[in-house]
Amino acid sequence: METRLEIGMKQFKWVRRVDLCLAISICLLFVLVSTANAKQAETGNVPGRTMARQATKEKQLWSTTDHSKHQALQATFTSGEEITKACLSCHSEADSQFRRTIHWTWLDTSSVESEKKLGKSGHSVNNFCISANNWQDKSCSSCHPGWKGNDGEINCLVCHSQRTINWNEAFEDYQVFAASDDPEDMELAKEIGKDILISAQSIGRPTRKNCGSCHFYGGGGDGVKHGDLDSSVTKPNKVLDVHMGVDGQNFQCTRCHTTRLHNIAGRIYSKPAAPDRRSLIQDDLTPKIMCESCHSSQPHTPGSKVNDHTDKVACQSCHIPTFARVNPTKMWWDWSKAGNTKNGKHYKKKGAFGKYDYLSYKGEFKWDKNVKPEYFWFNGSVHTLTVKDTIDPSNVVKVTSPVGSREDDNARIFPFKVHRGKMPYDKVHKTLLAPMLSGKDGYWTTYDWQRAFVKGMASFNLPFSGEYDYVETSYVFPTTHMVAPKDNVVDCSECHNRKQSRLINLAGFYMPGRDSFKLIDIAGWAVIIASLGGVILHALGRIFTNGKRKEG
Amino acid sequence: MTVRKMINVYLYTRYERFWHWLQMVLIFLLLVTGLEVHGLFTLFGFKAAVEIHNYVGLTWLIAFAFFVFWVFTTGEWKQYIPTTKKMFAVIRYYSYGIFRGETHPVPRRKDAKHNPLQRLTYLSLAALLLPVQMVSGLLYWGYNSWADWGLAGLSLGIVALVHIVGAFAIFAFIIVHVYMTTTGHTILAHTKAMITGWEEVDEAVEIEDWERAGQKA
Repeated sequence: METRLEIGMKQFKWVRRVDLCLAISICLLFVLVSTANAKQAETGNVPGRTMARQATKEKQLWSTTDHSKHQALQATFTSGEEITKACLSCHSEADSQFRRTIHWTWLDTSSVESEKKLGKSGHSVNNFCISANNWQDKSCSSCHPGWKGNDGEINCLVCHSQRTINWNEAFEDYQVFAASDDPEDMELAKEIGKDILISAQSIGRPTRKNCGSCHFYGGGGDGVKHGDLDSSVTKPNKVLDVHMGVDGQNFQCTRCHTTRLHNIAGRIYSKPAAPDRRSLIQDDLTPKIMCESCHSSQPHTPGSKVNDHTDKVACQSCHIPTFARVNPTKMWWDWSKAGNTKNGKHYKKKGAFGKYDYLSYKGEFKWDKNVKPEYFWFNGSVHTLTVKDTIDPSNVVKVTSPVGSREDDNARIFPFKVHRGKMPYDKVHKTLLAPMLSGKDGYWTTYDWQRAFVKGMASFNLPFSGEYDYVETSYVFPTTHMVAPKDNVVDCSECHNRKQSRLINLAGFYMPGRDSFKLIDIAGWAVIIASLGGVILHALGRIFTNGKRKEG
Repeated sequence: MTVRKMINVYLYTRYERFWHWLQMVLIFLLLVTGLEVHGLFTLFGFKAAVEIHNYVGLTWLIAFAFFVFWVFTTGEWKQYIPTTKKMFAVIRYYSYGIFRGETHPVPRRKDAKHNPLQRLTYLSLAALLLPVQMVSGLLYWGYNSWADWGLAGLSLGIVALVHIVGAFAIFAFIIVHVYMTTTGHTILAHTKAMITGWEEVDEAVEIEDWERAGQKA
């Protein structure tokens, strides 16, 4: 007969085997669950991408007309105005439509009736060339889409010609050579005329190059203003912009900036780019200006944590890791340093990235590349200071600032380029000063600030006390282009990070990984250390006393 | 020193052992990934840590439901009824008697698995600390659904605070618990018992009636 002990030992072996099997299968289960999950994420067929692909499936945009065959465009054009007249002979409403848009007025339509007019041609200021001085600073209107600044005929070609040339130069040359009797000059005139004609006949929807001819060079040069729009976006690759990449979707600007009656969707000062974030499924005629329009508000794998973020974090915050990834962008402009001379002469100095970091007529600059954005709550509106607003010179003056808060349902955490610098202000009136820069009274001609301020403020019928100083200012640009491919997105840990979170400045909420309760952590670790210390002491006690007992 | 006669006693059933080691794996994974999410170190990466933590946490929640079922259907819950009898004798043993080679004042038997100190510890663990940790964890996990659950007023900071306090408490328990397994008649006696189910105990000792968790059918 077996003893109890023997039965026990038999059972013991059998039970051990079962236990081992169980333990191994549990471990396997975990590995399988976690890898299966990872695989699903890698295939990349997330709903948001599928939807967007469907929305843009018809890649080849088509037209029912070839402008080179139009009777109205078979003429010899000697001025821009003549071309516009030819355009309007068919497109009879284009002129009146276009003159009502912000592209022409440079005014935020919602503020036209207000005492403070928002817009480049209004009272708004920026910390670059500060102001267009009510159209009186002519250097600013070089980007105005008319043949002669803000007056006269509209310029259809700047946006619609697929073969852009320097028209003003071409017309001047044409007129000179055409008036000559020299056969060689007449031959040249013929060639220039042909060039102009081909340009006028190459008509289509605006391309990245058309829009970029102004928007890439705002502030007086490539990449000066926007960090996410510069000449590198004319022919970007997918890595620079996943939508516009010529090796990918090759989107033109108008693909997202949808247009009605020449009004192009996009952010306009106090007016958000879109009032809501509806997808094409909810409203098939909604502007495609928001990411959500094509990608929906739950674009990632169903059930994934990133989908939970879309109510508070803008797509751009994770999908644009840095801006100015190819060309540098201007980050600092200090007007207080303007006017310096070297050996009695005004001078220029090049610095990093081959860009000027000092120009006597503009001051000191700082440029940067691959810049991490700064993040703020943003509901689509930007608050803009005007020359009429009083400022507090003891603090950094926010010339523009994002509107929104965590409590605002329309607000998201959004990435911005923040351009900082020093700007002149009136010490008595406590307002920012808008100097006249170009022209015979302009600072760039006279290097005389007093004269430039008097002339510049007079353009608004605003007073200048005669006393000025400089104040540090900031200016924000929402970052929404240069969307990176999915493999280059911002990693979770760049925000969920104790020490160097990208969202370090956003307060008022608890964020896992970034936030902690110091006292709880200290108390917690104290308990852990006390427990460890306790068991170590206890163990030492046992070792010590047991040894003693054996000896005894 | 007298030679004690030792006998093998089947203390832990298969399910009980399975539950113990499963819970060990789950809690270990939760602790490691939880501390990573809390920003202490980088091991899996934040995203993977969160995903593992969520999956394991939900697994634990489901597995715990089976444990609750087991505890009540088997009558094992009686092993967790707290008592103060011999409590001080046990405390005295661990803080004094153990160093003098005394025998444990409350020996183990199938129907008396836990000494008074263990009863209190495991009761507060299974009935209080672990449920608090599970509920706060479930809330944390469901953060985006709070409005739908009618909990719009809840603050993530408070839930996180409770969850972190619970984590530290469990961590401290584990340290002491693992150490206490070495206090059997050999260093690995208790560990072996939790693996095989069988523990060697002193045959001579009598168990008092109050120590028994009730007779099973």
